[in-house]
Amino acid sequence: MDRLLHEATKEYVRDNLPRFRPGDRVAVDVRVVEGNRTRVQTFEGDVIAMSGSGVNRTFTVRKISGGIGVERIFPLHSPNINKIKIIRAGKVRRAKLYYLRQLRGKAARIKERR
Amino acid sequence: MTSLIGIKLGMTRIFNESGMDIPVTVIHAGPCTVCQVKTRENDGYQAIQLAFGERKENKTSRPLLGHFQKAGIKSARVLREFRTSKEYKPGDKITVEIFSPGDLVKVTGTSKGKGFTGVMKRYGFHGGHASHGKKDQLRAGGSIGASSDPSRVWPGLKMAGRSGNSRCTVTNLEVVKVIPEADQLLVMGAIPGPRYGTVTITKQ
Repeated sequence: MDRLLHEATKEYVRDNLPRFRPGDRVAVDVRVVEGNRTRVQTFEGDVIAMSGSGVNRTFTVRKISGGIGVERIFPLHSPNINKIKIIRAGKVRRAKLYYLRQLRGKAARIKERR
Repeated sequence: MTSLIGIKLGMTRIFNESGMDIPVTVIHAGPCTVCQVKTRENDGYQAIQLAFGERKENKTSRPLLGHFQKAGIKSARVLREFRTSKEYKPGDKITVEIFSPGDLVKVTGTSKGKGFTGVMKRYGFHGGHASHGKKDQLRAGGSIGASSDPSRVWPGLKMAGRSGNSRCTVTNLEVVKVIPEADQLLVMGAIPGPRYGTVTITKQ
């Protein structure tokens, strides 16, 4: 089943992406179309979840912007993603870091993986 | 020919040139073999019967085997009839190549069975008030009619019951991509039924 779906969509899967996992801090360069003008916007934050497989894979990035938590879900293989830069590798013990939503300040830090 | 039999493989996403994210359903469609040609002289109308899928010969009934034999087919899982004005002869193969990207199609299948459901899920009723002192009637359908006149419930009144598991057609689906090597069709949006459910696809 999934094999067939992956086979049908394999040409859309990008292989020029870095490998990262939940807990890592990334900077995602997203192409934004404004009218007839495109520009690149950077969204930097911690990856708190990844889900899906094949071309359907998505990742959630959380950052604190002006004291308010902002989360954005990106399709991993979207052509709108120009670049993903890994800023810091995190050491976490969960695949989904939704508990970070309940924490703020010092408590919401992620240990660095070395 | 404008129709084909297939099975739903499931949903995923693809991206178009402008980077837009398109939800698609992957359908394994065809190849179908013309099993019987119905003519105006013989049957009173013009149509073709298409055979699709695999079935072991020892699992097929003898009468059906004879029917398949006439068209030179070993055995098949699904037989469906489609009206057509074009000329075909038994044994002709119809593949997914009858569709091309940009075509609008309708897809017919059997929707997923939902079991016994209430009126909110089944007919989209709004249910009762969540506040203002209401209780025990959050998902109730409300009044089912007047009192001593007519002293009965009108036939056809929408009430709770079995829903789903019925023939369902979704129209105006755009064909996004055709993969002839794998007999696959990618249409934008959702189609009825579970994965591996049998569907028919018709060009509009």
